[in-house]
Amino acid sequence: MQLTSSSIGRKILMAITGQAMVLFAVVHLLGNSSIFGWLNGGINAYAEHLHSMPLPIIIGFRLALLAMVCVHIWFGIQLTIENRGGRPQQYAVKSTQKATFASENMIWTGSLLALFLVYHLAHFTFQVVNPETAALKNLVPLHNEMVPNVLGMVVAGFKNFFVSFIYAGAMVALFLHLSHGIQSFFQTMGWSCDKSQPILVKLGTLVALGLFLGYATIPLTIFAGILKG
Amino acid sequence: MSDHKTMTLTLIVWRQKKANDPGKFETYTAKNITEHHSFLEMLDCVNEDLIHTGKDPIVFDHDCREGICGMCSQVINGAPHGGQDRTTVCQLHMRKFKDGDTIYIEPWRARAFPIIRDLIVDRSALDKIIQAGGYTSCHTGGVADGNAILIPKPVADEAMDAAECVGCGACVAGCPNGSAMLFTGAKVSQLAILPQGKGEAATRVKNMTNTMTECGFGNCSNHYECMAACPKGINVKFIARMNREFIKALIV
Repeated sequence: MQLTSSSIGRKILMAITGQAMVLFAVVHLLGNSSIFGWLNGGINAYAEHLHSMPLPIIIGFRLALLAMVCVHIWFGIQLTIENRGGRPQQYAVKSTQKATFASENMIWTGSLLALFLVYHLAHFTFQVVNPETAALKNLVPLHNEMVPNVLGMVVAGFKNFFVSFIYAGAMVALFLHLSHGIQSFFQTMGWSCDKSQPILVKLGTLVALGLFLGYATIPLTIFAGILKG
Repeated sequence: MSDHKTMTLTLIVWRQKKANDPGKFETYTAKNITEHHSFLEMLDCVNEDLIHTGKDPIVFDHDCREGICGMCSQVINGAPHGGQDRTTVCQLHMRKFKDGDTIYIEPWRARAFPIIRDLIVDRSALDKIIQAGGYTSCHTGGVADGNAILIPKPVADEAMDAAECVGCGACVAGCPNGSAMLFTGAKVSQLAILPQGKGEAATRVKNMTNTMTECGFGNCSNHYECMAACPKGINVKFIARMNREFIKALIV
């Protein structure tokens, strides 16, 4: 099977799964930004909206995301091991001209993001990190019904310096990973040429920066006391 | 005249007697070097001194010495061909260096390029990639009229840009993954762009990229170091084109 065994085929799988996760990150940020109050009922209303969807859609979406993560991690590790072997002996003098810190450390920023993902899911999805503030156990009224207090859980979490620090730090890893990853997608899919390629590098970095700023703003504004529960 | 000014340089050169030898760096002094010496001429001078003192000269690849054959292959201070834009080692001149400089000289380093001796590596893996599909095998009959197959000038130019690759292997040497994607991309593209090459485009891209992997080259991770190292300025757009050709081959 050329797609899962060949050099370019596996890169295409990395690119598609990676870009799908970027799209998820964009939608996830738009949804999370409801915490700033643009949606009537805030993030509690947004969370309730997601959870009121039919169960097969929720499970299907989660399984699809899990599959993306698994494929991306599996081939990421496999390709990195192969690539490390491609040049068994390094040069005495390192003189890279185009490679960046981000492009050279994809495996490490990716590993940090994978660890963060486990923590993030334990924190806000499975709600086992701080069970006493778990949204599912603390219901609040919203539009004449009782819904999980997601806002309370998020604010309680980010009031803690270390939690905020972990989230903001993980977003630095996200920025680095995507600043190389987004433009890589277009190159690997063959959707770039000599004129568009430098622009795609800049646009990719810009989108990565936007995601970093957007996501990091939530823990930082809560920790600074600007956003209150 | 600046001809009278000479410089003395310290060279730290990779010496390796044969393929399985562990190899090591040795330090030499290059004396009486003028700014007009090419880098290879500078090494010639050092080798003359070594021969006079009964030592083994530094072995390196070279041929045309006019920047078109792709034979010379040295990594100078970490940069393939010395890092000057669109320049092979033979066309790198000592005016780019200063008196008293220390220069590291190493062979191309990649799993697919085993060292034969000192600075010479075996680049036959690139030939294997070509043998896997870097040709057209359709019967062309007799010599056709010059313009029997109409090819617009921009298309011809694009194919020519890809065909500029001299197969020196600097892209592989510069790539942190030891990948031959720029070389293979250029060779796949120069044929895929032209009508004569389109017929076998799908099998070509599959066979050439499979051979690339079999030869021990790494995978592309879009660092674009290859483009920076290429003495012919081959653009990474040809890697993107090869990726497109590969996707087409998968679908069709």
